[in-house]
Amino acid sequence: MSTKVQTSTASAAKPLLEVRDLKTYFPVRRGLLQRHVGDVKAVDGVSFDVGRQQTLSLVGESGCGKTTVGRSILRLVPPTSGSAVLYPEAQGPAVDLFQLGSSELRRQRRDLQIIFQDPFASLNPRITVGSAIGEALAVHGIAKGDAAQDLVAALLERVGLRAAAANRYPHEFSGGQRQRIGIARALALRPKFIVCDEAVSALDVSIQAQVVNLLKDLQGEFGLSYLFIAHDISVVKYISDRIAVMYLGRIVETASTIELFERPAHPYTQALLSAVPHPDPKLRKKRILLQGDVPSPISPPTGCHFHTRCPVAVARCRTEYPAPTSLSPSHQAACHLVEERGGPAIL
Amino acid sequence: MQSKPSTSARGGLVTAPLLRVVDLQTHFFSDEGVARAVDGVSFALEPGKTLGVVGESGCGKSVTSLSIMRLVPNPPGRIVGGQILFGDEDLVQASEARMRQIRGNQIAMVFQEPMMALNPVYTVGNQLMETVRLHRGYDKKQAREHAIEMLTKVGIPSPESRVDSYPHEMSGGMKQRVMIAMAMSCDPKLLVADEPTTALDVTIQAQILDLIRELQDSAGMGVLLITHDLGVVAETAHHVAVMYAGKVVEYAPVVDLFERPRHPYTIGLFRSLPDLAKPGERLATIPGIVPPANRFPSGCRFRTRCPIATAQCAELEPPLLVPKGASNGHTVACHRLEEALAL
Repeated sequence: MSTKVQTSTASAAKPLLEVRDLKTYFPVRRGLLQRHVGDVKAVDGVSFDVGRQQTLSLVGESGCGKTTVGRSILRLVPPTSGSAVLYPEAQGPAVDLFQLGSSELRRQRRDLQIIFQDPFASLNPRITVGSAIGEALAVHGIAKGDAAQDLVAALLERVGLRAAAANRYPHEFSGGQRQRIGIARALALRPKFIVCDEAVSALDVSIQAQVVNLLKDLQGEFGLSYLFIAHDISVVKYISDRIAVMYLGRIVETASTIELFERPAHPYTQALLSAVPHPDPKLRKKRILLQGDVPSPISPPTGCHFHTRCPVAVARCRTEYPAPTSLSPSHQAACHLVEERGGPAIL
Repeated sequence: MQSKPSTSARGGLVTAPLLRVVDLQTHFFSDEGVARAVDGVSFALEPGKTLGVVGESGCGKSVTSLSIMRLVPNPPGRIVGGQILFGDEDLVQASEARMRQIRGNQIAMVFQEPMMALNPVYTVGNQLMETVRLHRGYDKKQAREHAIEMLTKVGIPSPESRVDSYPHEMSGGMKQRVMIAMAMSCDPKLLVADEPTTALDVTIQAQILDLIRELQDSAGMGVLLITHDLGVVAETAHHVAVMYAGKVVEYAPVVDLFERPRHPYTIGLFRSLPDLAKPGERLATIPGIVPPANRFPSGCRFRTRCPIATAQCAELEPPLLVPKGASNGHTVACHRLEEALAL
């Protein structure tokens, strides 16, 4: 609950990160001359804020662009246009991450970290856990030698591993332990912002609960903001302050966690939430079944991207992309029906 | 169905089961010792019903399903004991030739990863036709018609043209539908579905679960659903077997299990679900990790992570028993049932 108190005092100040109209396109090339024949519009005009010490979750199905958003902000993939403005201090100067040169970017990366779904794939199998974590400390000139070793030991203990783990190799650890190593490495530089890209998706529930608790504890302790990218709605509901729902490269609805679950407005959000199986056999509710699959992001449908699967689409939805309608100061949905009704679309 | 009504020693079942697994033991032999991945598993499944087998990675649920299909890689794995009674026939004793007649015909399987189970160099139609040509002796034309009919049944749009598609031309949800079409081709009596929707998005998962249920209702098929997802179990299973470290630790009708889990492991598993936690509350966790299969603890295998374990738990393996006050064949393997109630 401490995070909630923090927000109200900081609400007058700037959020930690403001993303505006982010577009990331991947060119499609064909033929001998590698002619540019089109673009995969993985992210097509996405805007959101991440508050200080808050968790914003991006949810959506495979191919909706949520992972690309996280990677574009960290510039692990080059964004096509838009801005991502970071306010390292609440009253301090702003930094547009997309305008930084490579050496400035490297310095700024101290504040920005990422935890991946499969930590094994992101850990070098040939170097010890201690060196993997200590490397970043040396590169950024934070600590060397014994001082670095002490820091690494403290980090490992903080994430629930033994300090001796520093001398071992990634393959010697279980999935949950490797994820703790990934977290320790992300924490090493004392970042302000961490992208958690499906960070707990590969873990069994009992282990997942351990890691989710750890992420929450660290958030309070280190003053972290998370962009939590996940497809598991129940984890998202538990961990987030705010949630943005993505479909085919665009955000269709943004709301506080409570509002999203109590009053989902967009037909896609409603269908998505109703599709989640609930662990209560007496609650075998009627689901909203969507027809078909997500269309290809190379040639997304005209108008509202969701209209091909939307059970309540009208003529206008096929031609015109809906602008976000505000249902409350903290709740927006991009749907013509929501705009017309001034309330949730009914499914 | 020739089998007479029988009472399973452990399950307390009364109608003739479609499948009865009795004290199944599947072990893996390697230089690092014997991994007793499945070690005395018993359960029964009635026709037309769904039995959910749940547990975390390494609990032996997938090895159980592969054992039933007799698809355990040998070496290093081997079924070393027990019975798998399919009707009156013990599949453990069946010859490989007999298993080939049964597989894909009377018992079919759906895997988690459809891309791994479909052959990338043949069209889906080809692969669908193979099953019925082999088991039903259909000619090419009949088989193709049947393939199109099956694709229609599982809800694939324009099946006449899709029948000539290759697996890579289809989305994950479509491939899983093709897998189900293949599995259903010969009207199997039993469908073994091993994490059939784990690789799929939730809206597609909802479609596939609905599809399996629909086909089950119309064909009266029994489904053995292997999953780690308690939400999926709650929505689809009639009975549930909870596995931990190669053992069934709790078996119950789905409503009884979710209303009153009684084994400390099941209780811990439910508590660690974020669905049931209130925002701001810490998630309950089960300390530690599942021990590796070649180093399971003595006695009760959960005792190393159990909050109420005693010295007795280390000495004696608890049998599956009906706890006081339980009904409907709810059985639990725990020495500390009274204490577990207070967890």
